[in-house]
Amino acid sequence: MAELDRAAGSPAAPGDWTYAPAPESRDIVHLRERYGLFIGGRWVEPSETYATISPSSEEPLAVVGQASPADVERAVAAARAAFADGWSSLPGSERAKYLFRIARILQERAREFAVLESMNGGKPIKESRDVDLPLAAAHFFYYAGWADKLEYAFPNRTPKPVGVAGQIIPWNFPLLMLAWKVAPALACGNTVVLKPAETTPLTALLFCDVLRQAELPAGVVNIVTGDGSTGAAIVDNPDVDKIAFTGSTEVGKAIQRRLAGSGKKLTLELGGKAANIVFDDCALDQAVEGIVNGIYFNQGHVCCAGSRLFAQESIYEPLVDKLKMRLETLRVGDPLDKNTDVGAINSAMQLDKIRELVESGREEGADIYQPPCRLPEKGYWFAPTVFTNVAQSYRIAQEEIFGPVLSVLTFRTPEEALEKANNTPYGLSAGVWTEKGSRILWMAQRLRAGVVWANTYNRFDPTSPFGGYKESGFGREGGLHGLEPYLRFDE
Amino acid sequence: MAQAPVLPPGFELPLEPRLPRIGSIDAVALEERAASLAKRSIKRDAKVFALELAIRTIDLTTLEGADTPGKVAAMCSKAVRPDPTDPSIPSCAAICVYPNLVPTARERLQGTGVRVAAVASGFPSGQYPTPIKVADVRSAVELGADEIDMVIDRGAFLSGRYAKVYDEVVRVKESCGESAHLKVILETGELGTYDNVRRATLLAIAGGADFVKTSTGKIPSAATLPVALCMLEAVRDVYAETGRRVGFKAAGGIRQAKQAVQHLVLVHETLGPEWLTPELYRLGASSLVNDILMQLRKEKTGAYQSPDYFTLD
Repeated sequence: MAELDRAAGSPAAPGDWTYAPAPESRDIVHLRERYGLFIGGRWVEPSETYATISPSSEEPLAVVGQASPADVERAVAAARAAFADGWSSLPGSERAKYLFRIARILQERAREFAVLESMNGGKPIKESRDVDLPLAAAHFFYYAGWADKLEYAFPNRTPKPVGVAGQIIPWNFPLLMLAWKVAPALACGNTVVLKPAETTPLTALLFCDVLRQAELPAGVVNIVTGDGSTGAAIVDNPDVDKIAFTGSTEVGKAIQRRLAGSGKKLTLELGGKAANIVFDDCALDQAVEGIVNGIYFNQGHVCCAGSRLFAQESIYEPLVDKLKMRLETLRVGDPLDKNTDVGAINSAMQLDKIRELVESGREEGADIYQPPCRLPEKGYWFAPTVFTNVAQSYRIAQEEIFGPVLSVLTFRTPEEALEKANNTPYGLSAGVWTEKGSRILWMAQRLRAGVVWANTYNRFDPTSPFGGYKESGFGREGGLHGLEPYLRFDE
Repeated sequence: MAQAPVLPPGFELPLEPRLPRIGSIDAVALEERAASLAKRSIKRDAKVFALELAIRTIDLTTLEGADTPGKVAAMCSKAVRPDPTDPSIPSCAAICVYPNLVPTARERLQGTGVRVAAVASGFPSGQYPTPIKVADVRSAVELGADEIDMVIDRGAFLSGRYAKVYDEVVRVKESCGESAHLKVILETGELGTYDNVRRATLLAIAGGADFVKTSTGKIPSAATLPVALCMLEAVRDVYAETGRRVGFKAAGGIRQAKQAVQHLVLVHETLGPEWLTPELYRLGASSLVNDILMQLRKEKTGAYQSPDYFTLD
């Protein structure tokens, strides 16, 4: 009986249920020690190299090339040759076959790419697995479908490829941004010289293996790694016909200045300081999820991150209480752990920038909240942060932080929300949370932002154009609109 | 002082500063959140903890017309000692039966700590006159039930007669007296929307429910993860507003250990570790226990064993 009592007796105290580590295996990824530059379908030895690391552990992963202007010139020449040598005149249906093949191979090798993306970039595996990879494949599938239908996309005009596209992409979604750039370029019959971000070159280099598997003709896609000087060499190369850049507003402006008068086509997708506007009639718990997804997704390294939260004053308190409570359950740590919600900051440089801006927020008088969480010792980490009592004039309400830092502001009426939301040099995205359909439409018409999400946030789809107003850039990527930058129409 | 104008029913002024008191639910986002929590990867020690906790919170249930004292007696033994070959496996929280079988269960469970729950109040439809429901509950309590699982009147709820639903919960709670715990079954599969689920949850809690429970197990759509999340969030709001801790019971359709773990993750990340106790959390199930035992044995020995090695009841 005593034993029965023990078995059945009063339950043990409510437990501290610690989730055991659930790391995704790295075995699927086979990294080479050294990577060259991928030019003309072959690996070319670079003159200089640097080591690329894992931001979550600071361990070096591989040595990659630092492409010189001469290397870039070779890459552009290879792209030009491939363009002239048949790619541009290949029937659209044939180009589509290659794109479909690439999409399928990406799906087949999704886990390998996802693990590598998390190793090199620091983002949680659940995001690289559930967002980056499926979307990257979807972009190739989507633009494969357009390749033989360009005349229908632009009726009564004669769409022709532009030529060699120079593409410079950021480190926040390395493979996905590659897909956003490469897929429409190839679908339209262009050839490509692409530079991945300095800190995250590895998935782009692994992608070269996909190109080989897909038997894409040599020189159609060339990948050159390196820092800003490599990017500048691409921008300055006279044989490049189009530049597509995603990155900071500062660099975007510099590129635009350099291209002035060159006749090169240009699209820029730059920074943002998006307003996430929460009305008091919203579905509150779901809005909290949306706010969290809006700013802590990918450690806030998202140009369209909902970094300014506008809360209607009548729900300010419960909203902020719920938000803080929710932050306590965010799991920060090893990007390869399947239960990690927030991973590592991408680089030491970015971490410094976040710290500097957060310090300015404190100094200017905002109240800071960070949930208790133990950050790993090695690597670059920043706890999810909420600033309340933020004034519109503070730097943390004006400047793009590009980290897991949310600034909470308040408003009283829809007009006031709109005015404050638009009061920024940026205009990439915005979120509206209300159960009232008419208010969603009223806001969406008036918000000066390229994307307005209603009762959701950070949702992407290849069929939907993405791009900014004002200092967030120009040109659209995705959808039918995303074809236009890669076509010329000389009637 | 001027008299406030009389407002038509249903238009009470929200005098609480905190809005919205009932609020609404966005179905898409709710389901997304539930799906993302279901992806938590629970391994090794954490899995053993969850599986043992699941057993401790189970209301082992049989609710059939064919139930006999023999069947219930066997189930009682299973609840006390789910795995006779492994005494380290804890007992279930309770067994759940029709009122007629309460005396049998009472007798078999004397001194074991496993509680006796009875469904009452015109289970499962609730389509009976209130006095009969109240009498049903009173008799179940008199027969020795420690816990009463009542059903709300969905007919009244769906036709907007919320007051009737509320009044019945209040009356039933009174009939439970000091000793019996009241679980209120919403039968969420019949409520149609998450907004209704939330409203019914708050209504039941306002009426005095000690626990809110998803389903009777008598219709196909039962304790889905989004429904559970919706109710847990309402429980959390009540706790935040009033400090009152209301329990939650997920019942119906939970047959696999994996589902049980997903439900526990939901509670853990919505209400916190405080709710991970049979005092505040229950899983209603009839066939779940053996799958959990198989998983536990696998964690301990490294190998899956045939179902023949686990007693049916």
